[in-house]
Amino acid sequence: MQLDPLLLAIATPLAVAAVIFAGLPKRYSVRLAYLGFGVPAAIALWLWSRFPAGAGEAYQFMSSRDLGLSLLGIKLTLGLNGISLPMFVLAGVVGLAAGLYAIQSGAERLKIYLALLLVMQGGLMGVFASVDIFFFYFFHELALIPTFIMVGIWGGRDRGYAAMKLTIYLTVGAMLSLAGLILIYHQSGAQTFDLITLRAEALAHPLSFTAQKYGFGLLLFGFGILVSLWPFHTWAPLGYGAAPSSAAMLHSGVLKKFGLYGLLQVALPLAPVGAAHWSGVLTVLALGNVLIVGIIALAQRDLKQVVGYGSVMHMGYAFLGIAATSVVGVGGAVLMMVAHGLSVALLFLLSTCIYHRTHTFDLTEMGGLARHTPVLAAFFVAATMASIGLPGFANFWGELTLFVAIWKSSPWVAAGAVAGVVITAIYALRAVAKVFFGPPTEAFSRVVAHVAPVDLRWAERLPALLLLGLLLFIGFWPRSLSAPLNSALGSLAPALAVKAAADPRP
Amino acid sequence: MNLSLLQSAAADNRWADLFPELPLALLALFLLVLEIVLPKRQHRSIPVVAILGQVALLVALLVNLRGGMTEQLTFNGLLRHSPTGQFFRVLFLVTSLLVSILGVVSLARQRMPRVEFFHIVMVVAAAMMLLVQSHHFVMFFVALETVTVGFYILVSYFRTNPLSLEAGLKYLVMGALSSAILLFGIVLLYGAVGNPALAPSGIAAGAMDFASVRQFLLAHPDNFLAQLGIVLVLSGVAFKIGAVPFQIWVPDVYQGAPTPVTAFLAVGSKAAGFGALVVLAGVFAPCKSLVIPVLSVMAGATILFGNLAALTQYNVKRLIALSGVSHAGYLLIGVIAAYYDPAALSGVYFYLIAYLVASFAVFGVMTHVCGENEADQELEHYADLAQTHPFLALVLVIGLGSLAGIPPLAGFIGKLMIFLAAFSAGLYVLLGIAVLGVMISIYYYFGWIKAACFSAWRLPTPAGEAVPSLPRTPVAWPARITLGTLAVASVVLGLWQGPIIGWLLAR
Repeated sequence: MQLDPLLLAIATPLAVAAVIFAGLPKRYSVRLAYLGFGVPAAIALWLWSRFPAGAGEAYQFMSSRDLGLSLLGIKLTLGLNGISLPMFVLAGVVGLAAGLYAIQSGAERLKIYLALLLVMQGGLMGVFASVDIFFFYFFHELALIPTFIMVGIWGGRDRGYAAMKLTIYLTVGAMLSLAGLILIYHQSGAQTFDLITLRAEALAHPLSFTAQKYGFGLLLFGFGILVSLWPFHTWAPLGYGAAPSSAAMLHSGVLKKFGLYGLLQVALPLAPVGAAHWSGVLTVLALGNVLIVGIIALAQRDLKQVVGYGSVMHMGYAFLGIAATSVVGVGGAVLMMVAHGLSVALLFLLSTCIYHRTHTFDLTEMGGLARHTPVLAAFFVAATMASIGLPGFANFWGELTLFVAIWKSSPWVAAGAVAGVVITAIYALRAVAKVFFGPPTEAFSRVVAHVAPVDLRWAERLPALLLLGLLLFIGFWPRSLSAPLNSALGSLAPALAVKAAADPRP
Repeated sequence: MNLSLLQSAAADNRWADLFPELPLALLALFLLVLEIVLPKRQHRSIPVVAILGQVALLVALLVNLRGGMTEQLTFNGLLRHSPTGQFFRVLFLVTSLLVSILGVVSLARQRMPRVEFFHIVMVVAAAMMLLVQSHHFVMFFVALETVTVGFYILVSYFRTNPLSLEAGLKYLVMGALSSAILLFGIVLLYGAVGNPALAPSGIAAGAMDFASVRQFLLAHPDNFLAQLGIVLVLSGVAFKIGAVPFQIWVPDVYQGAPTPVTAFLAVGSKAAGFGALVVLAGVFAPCKSLVIPVLSVMAGATILFGNLAALTQYNVKRLIALSGVSHAGYLLIGVIAAYYDPAALSGVYFYLIAYLVASFAVFGVMTHVCGENEADQELEHYADLAQTHPFLALVLVIGLGSLAGIPPLAGFIGKLMIFLAAFSAGLYVLLGIAVLGVMISIYYYFGWIKAACFSAWRLPTPAGEAVPSLPRTPVAWPARITLGTLAVASVVLGLWQGPIIGWLLAR
């Protein structure tokens, strides 16, 4: 039997987690965890290098297995196309970084912590490798459950409340999107959850307008809650504030992108008319993300809350790209998702590093940390620049493409989106200034007198380097992602053309 | 009495077809014999005999699974053997086996006679098997009463515990009422079907026979007496499954009953009710236009009531009781959808399997996390369970997750199959209610998990004062194996359904 790299990337972390749960001693558990986090990342990078340039819309590395539900049209079908490949790479790399950081974190009950993180990692690899939309949903839930538990047990302040709120919001979102997926499955008449067949079916016989309207609406709000669409975003800053750093990295960096990815891969091609119907509403809500949440981020005094609200705010750009319902907008959204995933994971990682040195997240009690920890300061400044979208980082290409797409659909909206960049620059640079520069505050001087802050250790530097390296790599050579992306987006064009033909607006 | 009629009836009595029922009842009697014969010191081995005997029966039944699937009537049309009946036989045998295992744990804490408990459980299980295979209202009622009378005793089994007695009394009153309603409905149907003036040609069997009831309804779907009878019979069954508006007994009885009996009520009694309902739904199919609205209103109200009422509970037995009510609502949706597409029944059956596996995992943990007074089980008793008993906490999380319908656990697949069936049947309103119900249920299921796994803040105890100890029973190895198997089964059935769904769909 031929070894299936995608299945291997999903199964390795899950198998390692199972072995750890079964009672492996701690010493071996940690060593095995390196394998569990390393294998998916290695496979993801290897597949990236092997991905054929002119793949078009076709899925690569396909395989299909029947697990007992084939009579309902459900099969474990795995594969990657140009849209899922960047996400798959993102999941692998952020997973490895989060795993490396968790291993050195010395958390209580480290074994269970690592095992849960590995389950999450396995689920994430599965989400982006699934061609079957049932398993796409299934793997998302598989990754979501450990998040709740990790927030509840290893979380910080308000963990009980945060875990409860997170669970309720995300389950509601997941249920709505499941209802939408089933609606589309049922209305298409294809009797299968296989995305390729569903797309072909939708192209040959588009769904009725009513089905598209309700289907896309359910998916939009279901996925929207999962991606913290304004005004359903309140779980996110609270949850990330309470979550342990590795869980926050994986969730905000990768798992949250599930909703956007679902909108791009499932909702947009299958219900393009529905997308056009909802695009006005989505634009308003997404501007709420960019402007209102941006202003809320300005008012935060807690470092983790600043990063959390910033992450919610940046989701608005991706939503605007989807609301543009154009090929360029979708491409920009994918680039944005990858770049944002890397940069927000890096910011969460570095925030926790800062916390270990200042013993507080409160911005008003910090200052002058750069004198003690120059390397940490350099990393943090770089991450901030990336999230603002400076050229040279991957984020630049994502934002640039998005602004072009948004401008084409409405210059006014584009003006609002660009105003968001200014807001980002203000709150992000203010945070940098408060943490690292200026005279040390009284509270911080007391901490320094107690334990002098040490600079970033290698165990912390390694995961940070990994994330920063990829950000710069994509920033300087965007072709590496845009080439497969372009060829895959070609497949969206006919679906979006259907929309244009059926669009009642002039 | 005509002798030749008796002869022909006797020729129909194929005792060998009653394979698991008869040996199960005989095993139950054998336990009583053992109690008389064996010296008192060796009475402790009687539960072991009960459990091993049921395991042996289960193996024999599974080996011979195809043998019982002949579509035929036996005992002069009293019983109808079918693949569905065979499925429920396995389900009830597993249920009584698991109840017996939990019973050993629970009875060890009490000063009570032991053997009768296992005896009654097995007799009730045998009666449940006959209930779902009955093809005649007399057989139906006798089997149902055997089940109900057995439960009267089981619910008040801890006779020194006032709450158990109260529960027994409530169940007795409510059960008697429901039996009366059911009987009244049967009599009305009998009166209508047996009316010679209305009899359609070709009714050979008596007026209580399911086939002739169905034939009559085909000919006269608008007969008022028959319609009233149908509604009353459905009401009687609704008592068994705890559907709104006949759910009023559920929380009190579930709380007061010994935990293994609660499990038996929650899984066994409910599955038996649904087995009967599926059979009756087929019989009443000609009156679809009456049955579907009645069941739909019931399903919607049941889901909403169960979930909303469970939100406010702090006693876990009441919580699981009310959440069980909502599960009956989801299952009812499947039964309704089966009117549009018979394949929906496979969803109901898979849901029952998943519900059994998950419920017994939770009830198994509940049996261990309580003291002598089994009615007193609050959420706060679960504090720090993950620290002191990680194994129990893991089983609890998997069981509750499966009940909540979270992937990758079996409960999710069950809910998915029912939702898919409801979608293709076009039951959008019910589906919306069901989705809403699932969302509400996350709150209380997760609240329970939170109580067990996330360490809570507690009043600091003054120095020198002992920390109040929480009621916990150590987990012996048979229970450990059982609970471990149930937890693994929930996960495996969620990931790999293998031949089960194929078998359920292909019937």
